[in-house]
Amino acid sequence: MTNSSLIRQVGAALIAIAIPIGAHAATPADLQAAYGALAGTPAAPDRGQQLFTSRHGREWSCASCHGAQPTQAGQHASTGKPIAALAPAFSPERFTDAAKTEKWFRRNCSDVMGRECGAAEKADVIAWLRTLK
Amino acid sequence: MNRRRSFHRCRVVAIVLLTASHATRADDDQRGSVAPLLPKYQQECAACHVAFPPGMLAADSWRRLLGNLPHHYGADASLDAATVNELATWLGANAGTYKRVREAPPEDRITRSAWFIHKHDEVPGAVWKRPAVKSAANCAACHTQADRGDFNEHAVRIPR
Repeated sequence: MTNSSLIRQVGAALIAIAIPIGAHAATPADLQAAYGALAGTPAAPDRGQQLFTSRHGREWSCASCHGAQPTQAGQHASTGKPIAALAPAFSPERFTDAAKTEKWFRRNCSDVMGRECGAAEKADVIAWLRTLK
Repeated sequence: MNRRRSFHRCRVVAIVLLTASHATRADDDQRGSVAPLLPKYQQECAACHVAFPPGMLAADSWRRLLGNLPHHYGADASLDAATVNELATWLGANAGTYKRVREAPPEDRITRSAWFIHKHDEVPGAVWKRPAVKSAANCAACHTQADRGDFNEHAVRIPR
């Protein structure tokens, strides 16, 4: 599946669940719902945490850069550059733009897992991050 | 005769001063503190590392980097084609042309350029390995104004 077609599908899923969509109009709950609709299963926060904090046969986990508790700033594992907290309660701009969310899932799942993440995995991760207050 | 000699001396001094000021400017160009950064470049490239001034690397290097973003020094930095084109055009137009930047360094790494190694030759090897520094690519660890494209020595604070 190409990235642009996935973004279109997420957009379509957002429209399907009657959420107004614009370039920056989404909320983390919208995006989780859109990925969940694509996956056809409800999101599970504990699975999201497991995915986020585990290594997947490679050098890095998501937590290598974002921290195991992404309520605080992380640090890029190779460059050392600070990364703002990933949990939306601590960084309100997180998961508010479908295209940006897709871009980072694409890149970071590739680095951590050597493949793209599926819609269910993305829904799980967002669901877990939304539980962090 | 004496007047002519002193005029000649003045001319020599003037030429030396002009040359020196030109050399200073060329040196500044080399460190790239001049060109304002393209907002898209700042947005896309400075998420993971400092926005390296385009003048720090040769056009050939930038072209290769932009052509291989999914494999970017061990990380996937892929972008959509339109953004890659926009960045490639701007980086190509603002790439380094000063004599020591004109040639592509090994692996297209700024940190392996002859000028970079020369500029940092007084920094002990252990400093680069400190947790607060981590990597020679982490300019901002010591160059406190790096995010503004200012690499002036006076703003250097080496963390302990």
